[in-house]
Amino acid sequence: MRDLPPEPPSSEITPEGLYLSRREYIKNGVYALGTAALLGGSLVWLAGQGPPPDPPPAEPLPANRVAFTANRTFDTDEPLTSEHSITTYNNYYEFGLDKDDPARNAHTLQTRPWTITVEGEVARPRTIDVDTLLSWFPLEERVYRMRCVEAWSMVIPWLGFPLADLIQRLEPTGNAKFVELTTLLDPEQMPGQRSRILRWPYVEGLRLDEALHPLTLLAVGLYGKVLPNQNGAPLRLVVPWKYGFKGVKSIVKLRFTATQPETTWALAAPREYGFYANVNPAVDHPRWSQATERRIGDFQRRKTLPFNGYADAVASLYSGMDLRKNF
Amino acid sequence: MAASGQRSLIGRLPGLGRRAPRRREPLPWLKPGIFLGGLVPLAWLIIRAGTGALTANPIAQLENELGLTALIFLLAALACSPARRLLGWTWPMRVRRELGLFAFFYAALHFLAYLVLDQFFDWGAIGADIAQRPFILVGVLALLLMVPLAITSTNGWVRRLGYRRWQRIHQVVYLAGALAAVHFIWRVKLDVSQPLTYAAIFAGLLALRLALWLRKRYAGPAARR
Repeated sequence: MRDLPPEPPSSEITPEGLYLSRREYIKNGVYALGTAALLGGSLVWLAGQGPPPDPPPAEPLPANRVAFTANRTFDTDEPLTSEHSITTYNNYYEFGLDKDDPARNAHTLQTRPWTITVEGEVARPRTIDVDTLLSWFPLEERVYRMRCVEAWSMVIPWLGFPLADLIQRLEPTGNAKFVELTTLLDPEQMPGQRSRILRWPYVEGLRLDEALHPLTLLAVGLYGKVLPNQNGAPLRLVVPWKYGFKGVKSIVKLRFTATQPETTWALAAPREYGFYANVNPAVDHPRWSQATERRIGDFQRRKTLPFNGYADAVASLYSGMDLRKNF
Repeated sequence: MAASGQRSLIGRLPGLGRRAPRRREPLPWLKPGIFLGGLVPLAWLIIRAGTGALTANPIAQLENELGLTALIFLLAALACSPARRLLGWTWPMRVRRELGLFAFFYAALHFLAYLVLDQFFDWGAIGADIAQRPFILVGVLALLLMVPLAITSTNGWVRRLGYRRWQRIHQVVYLAGALAAVHFIWRVKLDVSQPLTYAAIFAGLLALRLALWLRKRYAGPAARR
């Protein structure tokens, strides 16, 4: 017992109060951090979103298609929007409502085999395999502005061919005044179609003279590669002087009609979206302004141009029409 | 007394500097925890903005998330008093002011993002927006209504106004909440399920408050019968 070291002097004993308060500090700190993590986590879960996904790498074009020509007649020389933005910031409600949902979810879409049905006021109604259809036309690159009705815009290097070339080959009858284009309907591949948010399948349409305009494109690629699913593979419409929602994606049907087609957004909210949907800074969306837009990647807004800057080429299509009424 | 002077100074930092276990504030970790947690959405936004992970349209994303965070804090603050009266919990009342101030903080950041980042001080466009677009008008009104509430949130103002009057003034928060809910519904392009969920929570909290008020008002005479 003698070998035991002497007890520490009583002056070195931590006072009970301090000893307890040290434990108290630690406990309170842990509880505070726990509360912070719980609250912060809940808020981020409710209001915040994770970073956008890295989209699956786009496929290169098949070897026999690589040699596309560049038709520069209508090209804009504005800087291109990045491929990452074009392929991760999409409105494609068939794959979800958030902008990055399509890039996340569209891998379920099977783009081959794929057929396109042609019907209505046409010489020979038929169903065409997409690869057969593509073999008919040389691909062109077109650099177009894309203006979304939500007041943002992009500059996109599309690959495709004029819709006019296809229409001429399909020989619509004299009764054909409009063409209606329809997206695939398959809730298995397009999970967003299980919600009744819009009337599925998505339908868009053009007056025949609009469809025959040389600006109007059927796109099968962008940035020199195969069109990614989230951008509307295998075949989508591009009408650069109209709001983006006119650009119906993953097309399975073309129907020529004598009467104006009933289009999806015009049915969903007729006061807010018209059949024509020409970009027009003078006609506001009832709930937001269309006078300006944010180019994706830019900080400051820019002025929106009539017909998205393509007025010289297309304004004559609408001469004599009241564009406030026919919005 | 020196000790009491020290106590009051340190005591302003909630949860810290509690020396003796005697007469301590219950749950001293709660307020600092809420404070830190309330800053997480802002930190998460800043991190993602800095790393380019805030979608291809970061300004729109920033505005949306700041606005929604403000609404969530507002609903949380409104839930405190029903939680006490229905569940008997007392701790929510101790953080109600903090939650309300966070709601104002995020609403103000939401407006600043619109003013500076979205419109870049284009007063003409902002004036036209407020005059022509009901959804922006109600949003601005909701924020303006919250300003006096934030200013008079201190103990000093409660004393100066008297609790009854202070309480009546702060009932304006229900109007601000209703305007914020409408602002959210009108903003959405198509799918209103999320804003309607928040509006329903708001309506539920308002109905609860009304039911409790009616019971208090009529329970007295009924019990005496």
